[in-house]
Amino acid sequence: MSKTENTHIKLVQHENEFSHLRQTLNFRRIWVVFVLITSGFAIVPVVFFALIDYNVTKYSVEHEAVLRTSRLASNTWRSVSFFLNQRKSALVFTTLENSFTDLTDPEKLSRILKNLQKGFGDFTDIGVINDKGVQVAYEGPHDLKGKDYSGQEWFHNVLAEGIYISDVFLGFRDLPHLAIAIKHHLPDGSFYVLRATLEHQLNSMLSQEENADGRDIFLINTKGFLQTPSRYFGSVLDKISIPVPEFAAHTNAMEVRLSQADVLIVAYAHIPETRFILMAAQPKNMLMAPWRKSRKDLTLYLSISITFILIWIVIAVSYMVKRLKISDQKRLGYLHMLEYSNKLATIGRLAAGIAHEINNPLAIINEKAGLVKDLFTFKPEYKSDPKLIQIVDAITDSVARCSRITRRLLSFARHMDVSIQSINLKEVIREVLSFMEKEAEYRSIIVDIQVPDDIPEFDTDRGKLQQILLNIVNNAFAALSDGGRLELKAEILNNDSVRIICSDNGCGIPESDIDHIFEPFYSTKAKTGAGTGLGLSITYGLVKELGGEIDVSSKVNQGTSFAITLPLKFEGDTKAHPNLKKEGKPDESVAG
Amino acid sequence: MSEKVLLIDDEKDFIEALSERMESRGMKVSSTVSPKEGLEIVDKETFDAIILDLKMPEMNGLEVLKIIKEKNPDLQIILLTGHATVEKGIEAMKLGAMDLLEKPIDIATLTDKIKKAQARKMILVEKKTEEKIRKIITSKSW
Repeated sequence: MSKTENTHIKLVQHENEFSHLRQTLNFRRIWVVFVLITSGFAIVPVVFFALIDYNVTKYSVEHEAVLRTSRLASNTWRSVSFFLNQRKSALVFTTLENSFTDLTDPEKLSRILKNLQKGFGDFTDIGVINDKGVQVAYEGPHDLKGKDYSGQEWFHNVLAEGIYISDVFLGFRDLPHLAIAIKHHLPDGSFYVLRATLEHQLNSMLSQEENADGRDIFLINTKGFLQTPSRYFGSVLDKISIPVPEFAAHTNAMEVRLSQADVLIVAYAHIPETRFILMAAQPKNMLMAPWRKSRKDLTLYLSISITFILIWIVIAVSYMVKRLKISDQKRLGYLHMLEYSNKLATIGRLAAGIAHEINNPLAIINEKAGLVKDLFTFKPEYKSDPKLIQIVDAITDSVARCSRITRRLLSFARHMDVSIQSINLKEVIREVLSFMEKEAEYRSIIVDIQVPDDIPEFDTDRGKLQQILLNIVNNAFAALSDGGRLELKAEILNNDSVRIICSDNGCGIPESDIDHIFEPFYSTKAKTGAGTGLGLSITYGLVKELGGEIDVSSKVNQGTSFAITLPLKFEGDTKAHPNLKKEGKPDESVAG
Repeated sequence: MSEKVLLIDDEKDFIEALSERMESRGMKVSSTVSPKEGLEIVDKETFDAIILDLKMPEMNGLEVLKIIKEKNPDLQIILLTGHATVEKGIEAMKLGAMDLLEKPIDIATLTDKIKKAQARKMILVEKKTEEKIRKIITSKSW
């Protein structure tokens, strides 16, 4: 009794051991996590480097834009300075070449003007102003002789600085003019001022530089009035919309925002000895255009590579998770098989124990009954009573039946161990069917065994083959209605394998189920609580273990046929199963 | 000639019934439920066959078999068991048991085996006697 309890406890322990292993993983979650993490690790560096590249290029292109504008500004600044310097030098040369008397001589002055016009072409008039500020000589289109300039600001500037270049003004014919005045000291300590008006060519000079799209080069004075027309800030003498930059001897650059979209890069420099500021403006958009194009390419390239990376990751992770799922399912399958075989082993041990315990009392019954029979046989007074002998014979027959049952139980228990031995197929089939004899009789099921005698003995695991056949026949019995027919056939295939076909004319398997019947826990009986859904999956596993194949074909209401193909030569890997041992002698050697 | 048999089994009912049946078949049966007592009996008397249960609470049948065989290798021992396995059978045969029968036994089979055992023993005893006589013949000269 205690043995039974022990095994029961063991069984429960086994179930507890396995229950924690039975949890399946959440594959959707794993998929999402894997995709997220992998994408993160793959994409973050790419984006990071793309951003760095973006910023570095942006900075250098911007820098380059500023440099280009500054270069433009300083080039033009040099031209303008040279232009003004040239005119100034011409006047200085005139004062040095001619004496005050010569200059105040209208005829001579007229000739000087003409020579200057011939040499430079843009002088419109020339005048000499004495130290009182009165114009003592004048040559030009206006009659300005005797005009007193002493109160005017430019005259004071000339006195203070020795040179004065006026802002641009519109002279006659509405052309932009500017005046240059220089102070010349005489040997006696007095001085005079030579003043000339130029119809200057700065406009054309600056516009020559504006050959590229969007460039704008112009002059402003220190008060912010345009001296030459500007593309962005208006025409001559308009006030510019931006604040006048502070004095800078060298070229400086700044950004000017005209509107939300238009940003100008403006480089500027003060022209020495004047109140002019040269400004060169270029729209940032245009300067940045090549960079913008490369940025577009970069973004395109980046998005394409990210797309590819993502696609790859999704494919790889899906594949991996699928494999994981398959192996997990396999693991579960093996677990169930293990559990099942554990249970079977326990049942086997139990059966062995019970059979052994029962055999002793059976032996006593047998002997007592035999003794009774002996008494009747040897004593003449009972000999004439055939009824008593019949009763005793019935008892001994029953004992013999009981002992057959216990022997079968023992043989079942013995076959729990894995062992390869030579078996006779017909014998095994008969053994298995002997388990089902009573049921077949009850339900008047006809069992037809057609196993030809020429099937040789072959090496395989007897217990496993028995279990396979038992499961299949059991299944067939479940599908059969009373009075059905079960056929068991065997044939040799290609001289190297044997095929066992078990066909019934029972209810059949629906097409939707037939693909799943070998899956663990797939049961049509499960709904009614009759099956575990493990039988066929275990059968499948066992057939595979024996190196065989199992196929099923079925038609609803016509019947099902299972075909098991087993190799005649067992080639199982004995190393893979440590408990697998070759056992040459069949068990029957001690049965006598 | 009636066969002399010793029965050793822990089941008293079994022994009583079996010995009575064997006696009614003309055998001379001694029996005991204790293997130790059985060993003592074997020391004192000689038997044609010893029927020995494999599984007893006091002592394992195989151990008893070993001891008996050490003392007297000529004794014919038939083992009885409720649980025959290949290993047990092979072990018993190696130790010199004559046969191994599964319970419940068929009285006819058992009788048959006992008769065979007796015959074997007779042969062995005859051989020994022959040897003895030969020894006497060769050693003592008239």
